[in-house]
Amino acid sequence: MSDTQTFLDTLATRSQQRAGEPTWIAARRQAGAARFDAMGFPTRRDEEWKYTDVRAIAKGNFALADNAEFSQAQAAAITLPLDAYRLTFVDGVFSAALSNVDALPDSVQVMPLSKALTDNHEAVGGPLGRLTGVDFSTFAALNTAFMEEGAVVRIAPGTVVEKPILLQFLSRAGTPVMSHPRILVEAAGRSEATLIEHYVGEADAANFTNVVAELMLDRGAILNHYKLQEAPIGDLHVASIHVEQNRDSRYTSYNLNLGGALVRNDLISDLNGQGAETNFYGLFFGQGRQHVDNHTKVNHNAPLTFSNENYKGILDDRAHGVFNGKVYVKRDSQKIEGFQSNQNLLLSDRAQIDAKPELEIYADDVKCSHGTTTGQLDEDAIYALRTRGIDEATARGLLTLAFAGEVLEKVALDAIAERVELAVAGKLPERFNLAGLVEAAAALND
Amino acid sequence: MLQVNDLHVTVEGKEILKGLTLTINAGEVHAIMGPNGAGKSTLSAVIAGKDGYEVTQGSITFEGQDVLEMEIEERAQAGLLLGFQYPVEIPGVKNIYLLKSALNAQRVARGEGEMPAPEFMKLVKEKLGFMKMDASFLQRAVNEGFSGGEKKRNEILQMLVLQPKLAMLDEIDSGLDIDAMKVVADGVNSLRAEERAILLVTHYQRLLDYIVPDKVHVLVDGRIVKTGDAELAKELEANGYEGIEESVA
Repeated sequence: MSDTQTFLDTLATRSQQRAGEPTWIAARRQAGAARFDAMGFPTRRDEEWKYTDVRAIAKGNFALADNAEFSQAQAAAITLPLDAYRLTFVDGVFSAALSNVDALPDSVQVMPLSKALTDNHEAVGGPLGRLTGVDFSTFAALNTAFMEEGAVVRIAPGTVVEKPILLQFLSRAGTPVMSHPRILVEAAGRSEATLIEHYVGEADAANFTNVVAELMLDRGAILNHYKLQEAPIGDLHVASIHVEQNRDSRYTSYNLNLGGALVRNDLISDLNGQGAETNFYGLFFGQGRQHVDNHTKVNHNAPLTFSNENYKGILDDRAHGVFNGKVYVKRDSQKIEGFQSNQNLLLSDRAQIDAKPELEIYADDVKCSHGTTTGQLDEDAIYALRTRGIDEATARGLLTLAFAGEVLEKVALDAIAERVELAVAGKLPERFNLAGLVEAAAALND
Repeated sequence: MLQVNDLHVTVEGKEILKGLTLTINAGEVHAIMGPNGAGKSTLSAVIAGKDGYEVTQGSITFEGQDVLEMEIEERAQAGLLLGFQYPVEIPGVKNIYLLKSALNAQRVARGEGEMPAPEFMKLVKEKLGFMKMDASFLQRAVNEGFSGGEKKRNEILQMLVLQPKLAMLDEIDSGLDIDAMKVVADGVNSLRAEERAILLVTHYQRLLDYIVPDKVHVLVDGRIVKTGDAELAKELEANGYEGIEESVA
């Protein structure tokens, strides 16, 4: 049996059009399935997947979850303690009990995709799949084939959404399951919002999440998008995020990856109108045999557009990181600025990073720069810390935390910054462990 | 407390210290003065344990322990602390982390428990106030983007929190205006105690108007050529090092 057949067999167990769903959804799903079957899973012979082996996914056999049971107490222990509009999905299944979008103003819609497909399908039919078509990748096609749940966020013109919109995806231990969440955000002109995707779960989980997010920013819209990926260490995680930016819009991505056995993020911004700005901040920390692949692309499709990217990787043990950052400047997109930086810290001799910055420029009046560095910790700083009585292992831990700090200080939400700082401190090798220190210092601020 | 005996040190094959002998007792403030290149900074770097300094002869003992056999952090934990001439910027490492880790490392080494957070915060705030530093400074990265004066205050702040037995201050006055120097000097003077010693390494006599030493040593070409009291520093200010060098030759 081919690798795709296992997935298609599982798909065949699902009805192609559920009660209340529009007729077009069945055709979309079928198109996704056909494209998925035709493309098959990528191999390392594919340039885009040269450093990432997806056999753990392709050879897997994943069921679909049929319930969203998860205790309140357990959810409270692992989710972000934020005052937010919250949608929760458990192994991809929407949990009304763990969600709360009461008190949403009329100018903002936040609803599960399943509800949008039945209650409001005229509104989502057009935008769904407009940015991420089935041709984008095998995983996008697969997601489309299984498209039934996720989140739809629509923000009316000029609306400033005061509280963050939090989409949390919980992964349970047990029989491996897969989920294909679909996120659709339409931010109308001059609206302003913060969107958080949070992936977290039970320690022994080994599930496959394949998410597609399509984010549309109209004129002057501002969207701050946090992705906090703390999936269980056995989880497989693939994400395709497409951002479309109209004139004067500003998108900022905080792509924070700490969990997962195999992680692949594709993040793409299309800057289609003058004055549009995109910021990509990324942090990934791999240990054990974790594999974390970030592919980013900024398309400067219009003149006077701006991009700024800073990705930092920390790799320990036999972890493998991949950074591939492309900046593309369309013909005659003049006066654009595109800056990119990628720095990686290797804590072990066997950790590995494949870093590939790429510039593709078809205009002559542009300011672009990129740089990537990979190295170890600063020995002068280690000496300075040791002269204060701090042992070498702790000094190295402090400096590792500091390396991550440069990205974390961009994180405006303290609850997330502190959580990541604590996670990085706690994930350091045991002898570097600074979790207690971070907690104590955070407590001192209160 | 500290005994340096016939110390010879080479850096990259070149002999910098050529038989330096020095004894510092508890309760004393010593100043080492000398022209550039005499080996002043080498002495404090060797005592602190910096790489790249080879001791070819002689010994350093601190409270009976062989300093040269100790790890860098063990020296600090034992109470030997060096304030740098050029404090290192450590991007991303918050001052609060440095102070807390350093203090606790020292306490744990002494067999004491870690200091409870409220007590630690009270201590740090008191010392910050003494150094006329703002509390926001604790969340800033160590020395990053600090002015010269702020860096030196930060060195003294660390001393005040860590309370070393022997505080060595390498050119602590360099780059300070007169107001900052007074704050720094007040900080150093507050460390003066019967059970503690202070070693100042300086090029200029100016600092010694504010921190009056018990003993002044003149270091020329890798050796201490003259030892006196605070008056010696004033002579040096008036006559320069040349007179001393000639008298030695």
